[in-house]
Amino acid sequence: MGAEPKVTLDLARGLGLTADEYDRIIHRLGREPSYTELGLFSALWSEHCAYKHSKVFLARLPQRGPHVLQGPGENAGALDIGDGWAVVFKIESHNHPSFIEPFQGAATGVGGILRDIFTMGARPIAILDSLRFGDPADPKTRRLIQGVVSGISWYGNCFGCPTVGGEIAFAPEYAGNPLVNVMCVGLVRADRIFRARAEGVGNPVFYVGNKTGRDGIHGATMASATFDEHAEARRPTVQVGDPFTEKLLLEACLEAMATGAVVGIQDMGAAGLACCTSEMPGRSGTGMAVELSAVPQREGGMTPYELLLSESQERMLLVGVRGREEELRRVFARWELDAVRIGEVTAGPDLVVRHRGEEVARVPVEALAEAPRYEKPYAPPAGLAALQAFDPATLPEPPDCGEALVALLGSPAIASKEWAYRQYDQQVGINTLVLPGSDASVLRVKGTRRAIAVAVDGNGRHVFLDPRRGAALAVCEAARNVSCAGGRPLGVTDCLNFGSPERPEILWQLAEAVEGIAEACRALEVPVVGGNVSLYNETVPAVGATPQAILPTPIVGVVGLLEDAGLLATQWFKAVGERVALLGPEAVSLGGSEYLWTRHGRVAGRLAPLDLEIERRVQGAVRAAIDAGLATAAHDCAEGGVAVTLAEACVTGRAPIGCEVTLAAGGRRDQTLFGEGPSRVVVSVGSARQREFEALMAESAIPWRWIGTTGGDRLRLRMGAETVVDVGLDRLEHAWRNGFERHMA
Amino acid sequence: MRFGVVVFPGTWSDCDFHYVVSEVIRQPVKYVWHRERNLADLDCVVLPGGFSYGDYLRAGAVAGRSPVVEALPEFVAGGGVVLGSCNGFQILCEAGLLPGALMRNECLQYRCQSTHLLVENAETPFTRALRPGQVLTMPISHGEGKYHADPETLRTLRARKQVVFRYATAAGEVTRAANPNGSVENIAGIVNEEGTVLGLMPHPERAAESAIGGTDGLQIFHSLLGSLVEDGAFLKR
Repeated sequence: MGAEPKVTLDLARGLGLTADEYDRIIHRLGREPSYTELGLFSALWSEHCAYKHSKVFLARLPQRGPHVLQGPGENAGALDIGDGWAVVFKIESHNHPSFIEPFQGAATGVGGILRDIFTMGARPIAILDSLRFGDPADPKTRRLIQGVVSGISWYGNCFGCPTVGGEIAFAPEYAGNPLVNVMCVGLVRADRIFRARAEGVGNPVFYVGNKTGRDGIHGATMASATFDEHAEARRPTVQVGDPFTEKLLLEACLEAMATGAVVGIQDMGAAGLACCTSEMPGRSGTGMAVELSAVPQREGGMTPYELLLSESQERMLLVGVRGREEELRRVFARWELDAVRIGEVTAGPDLVVRHRGEEVARVPVEALAEAPRYEKPYAPPAGLAALQAFDPATLPEPPDCGEALVALLGSPAIASKEWAYRQYDQQVGINTLVLPGSDASVLRVKGTRRAIAVAVDGNGRHVFLDPRRGAALAVCEAARNVSCAGGRPLGVTDCLNFGSPERPEILWQLAEAVEGIAEACRALEVPVVGGNVSLYNETVPAVGATPQAILPTPIVGVVGLLEDAGLLATQWFKAVGERVALLGPEAVSLGGSEYLWTRHGRVAGRLAPLDLEIERRVQGAVRAAIDAGLATAAHDCAEGGVAVTLAEACVTGRAPIGCEVTLAAGGRRDQTLFGEGPSRVVVSVGSARQREFEALMAESAIPWRWIGTTGGDRLRLRMGAETVVDVGLDRLEHAWRNGFERHMA
Repeated sequence: MRFGVVVFPGTWSDCDFHYVVSEVIRQPVKYVWHRERNLADLDCVVLPGGFSYGDYLRAGAVAGRSPVVEALPEFVAGGGVVLGSCNGFQILCEAGLLPGALMRNECLQYRCQSTHLLVENAETPFTRALRPGQVLTMPISHGEGKYHADPETLRTLRARKQVVFRYATAAGEVTRAANPNGSVENIAGIVNEEGTVLGLMPHPERAAESAIGGTDGLQIFHSLLGSLVEDGAFLKR
C-alpha cells in the first residue's frame, strides 16, 4: 500500500469540495480529516449524493397521499394498490457514465435501479427508459444509441425483468451529453416492505453480493461535474455490470428477507460502502463500526479509501438479526454469493472504519449527512423573452399538409421505436397486458383482478421555453398516457436532468420546473414518492469554450391503477365505422412543437395554455369511458398535434384502419394540424354506444366533440369544407415504421 | 401429470412455467433445483428460459453439464418427457440430448417479438392436439437462437420427422422474411428420435392465456395432458 496523500485544501478541491466546504469539515470534526475521511465527505457531500443545490426546491413537491406507503428518502417510493399489494418504483439517471462508456454506463444504470427496487423487498416487474440523444443521422450519435440500447437490453434481459416502455427523443443539445434515465417498478406485499435501516445495537452488518474492485471510484463525484475534453479519460470511473450476479442477488435477498432475519438493507450504489455505512445508521439514529479487511475483494492491495468509495456493482449492505447469522449465510451460500460479516450496529454517534484493526476513519454519522444546502441566486436566461416572442405565423405554411404529415411521422422522435424495444424482453413474468407501442404499458397483478399502467414522459423543448409550464405538461402527459390506458394515476417519480446549478439561468430552470411539477402533481393528486436529480449535464465542446448545457429535461414517471385489468385501452383504432371524438380544449400552439423543430429548425414561441382543472377532468372522462367499455381506443395528443395522433391511431395497430375527420375551420392549417396543446385525447367509440358516450361526456363537464369516423385505407382530414390531408395508410405506416430505424440499420 | 420446472442460477422463465402449469392447466408442479438428480416423482421436466450461469461461456454450456441435466437420459428412458424452451433448448443441445446447436442471431441483436410457427409434426406427445400445417403464434426472446446443424444431421432430422416447428408467415409459408434469427431451414423446434424431448426457441408459456399473447402455446400443454381440444381429434394418453 502506497503512502496516503497529505490532506490539503488542494487535495479537497481535486475531490470536488469547495474551500468553504473543506473549512466546514474541519470545523465539524474539530481537526483535519484523514485522507480516508476526506474521501467519505467528498462522496457524501457531492451533488449526486447530497442534492446540495436542489434540496431547497425538492421540498416543494407534494409527497403525501392516501396511497403513499413510502415517500422520498428510501431506496424507492411505495404505493398501496389494494388487495394487500404495493408497487415500489423509482427513476434514476445514468447520464454521465453512459456518455463515457455507453454500453456499461446504460447497463449499470439498469442494474442500479433494479437493486433500489429489490432492496425494498419487491420483485421488479417492469423497466421503462427515457433516452435523449443528438441527431441520429450523426454516426457518433448512432454509436451512442446502439451502445446504450444494447446495454439496457443486455442487463435487463439477462436479469429477467421486462422492459415494457419508455421514450427516445433527439436534440442537438444532447449530442455531447446524452440522457439515460431508467425507471423500475416492483411488486411487494404491502406489509413486507424493507427499508434501509440499521436498527438494534449489536446487530451484525453483512456485506453481500459481488466482490469489490477498483471500478467506479468517485463515480458520484464524476456525476457532479461538467464534461470537458478529458471526459474519455474518466472511463475508469464507470462501473462494469454483471446481470447474472444481480439475478442471484435478487433471489438471495428475497429469500433472506423471507426468513425474518433481515433488519434493513441498502444497495451499494453511488459512493458504495461509504454511502451505506453512513446513511443506514443515519436513518436510525445509530452508529456503525466496520472492518474493511473483511470486505470480499477482487484485487489485491486496495486501500481503505478505495474500498469505501468503490462503486463495484451488485453489492448490498445488510443488517441482520443478531443470533441468526447462520441462516443468512446459508441463503447466500445456496446462491453462491459472498455474505460476510464486516461489522455491527453501534449506539453511535460515529461511523468507525477500521482496516486490519487500525482505525482509519471516525466521523459522526450526522456530519456526513450535513452537506451544505445552497440557495444561490437564479434568474431567467437572457434572450428567453425574445425566443418566446417569436410568432410562428411569420413562417410560410407548407404547400402540402399531407406531405408535411408524412415527414413529421417519419421524424425520428415520432417514428416507431421498435428498433430499440424489440431488443428488450418485454414479457418475462407474463404480466404484460399492453406491450410497448401504446400510450402506456399495462401489467397485471397476478392473483387479483388488478393491473397497473406505467408511462414516462418529458419534453426538453417545452421546458426550455417555459420551465414551469413545460414541467407541469410533463406530469400531465405522463398521467394522461396512464389514463388513456384506463389507469388512475396514483403517484409520480421524477428525474430532473439539468445543466450546472452554479449558473443562475440553469438554477432558474430547475426552480421553475420543480414548481411546475409541484403544481401539476397537486392538481392531479399524484404525490412524488421518489426520484433523482442529475445536474452538471454540460459539455465543454473545446478547451476554453463556454459549456453547452442540455435542454432542461425533467422526466416524469407515473404509475396508475386499473381496478379491473379487463377494462384497459390501447391507442390504435380497432374497427371500421366507429365514431371518433376529440376530448379537451381547442387551444394549441406551434411554439416549441416538433413541427417547428423538424420543418423549420426552430425552438421558439409560446406553449399553449394549461388549465390543470380541465386536465384533471379530461383524464377522468377518458377513464370513465374506458371503464364503461365505451372507448375502444384512446390516444393522447402529444408531439405532432392532432394530425399525428390520428395517423398513429390509424397505423400503429396490427391491422391499419383509416379515418375521415373534420377539424375546426379557420386558422392556419399547420397550427390546427400539428399545433401542440395539453389535455387533448382522441377516442373511438362504437356507433351503437354513441348516445351513452355523449351522456357520459356531458356529465364530465369537459369540452369535446365528434370529429369523424373510422374506416377506409386513407387518412382524410378536412378543415371545414377544405380537404387538407388525404394520404394512403401505407405511406403513413411506412414513414412511421422507418423514420427512426433507417438511421440505425 | 406431474411437472417439474428446473431452476438454474440465472433461470427466469421458471415462475412463468410454474404459473401456467398450476394456474392455467391446473396440474401438480414443483421447482427442481439444478443440483437435483432424483426425478422419479415427475412425468414432465421443463427446462425454462433464462441465462443459466449467465450464459457466459456459451448459452446453455454450463447448465448442460449440471446434475439435473445429467439425470435426464435416465428420466426419459423411464418414460418421462422433457420440454426445453429458449435457454432450455440451448441446454438440451449442449447436453447432446438434441442434435445441432444454437448460435448468435443473424442480426447480431437480441430479438423479442411475436413469431408464427408452422406445425410440421403433430405426432409427438407435445403436438398431438395440433394438425400438421397449422400455424401457431408465439413470442421469441433470445440473442442466440439461430439453429444450426450439419447437412447430414438435417437430412436425418427431416427423414425422421424430428422438425416440429418452423418459423413461417401468418399464412404458413416458410420464408426468409419470416425467419427472425437466421435459423437453418427456419427451424424453430425439434424433438429427439423418440419424440420425447422437445426443444424450441419460442415461449409457449407466454402464449397460454388470452390476455397475454393468445393461447396457441397452451396447445403444447394440452397435447401433453392428452385432454380433448377443438374437435376431440385425439385420445387420452
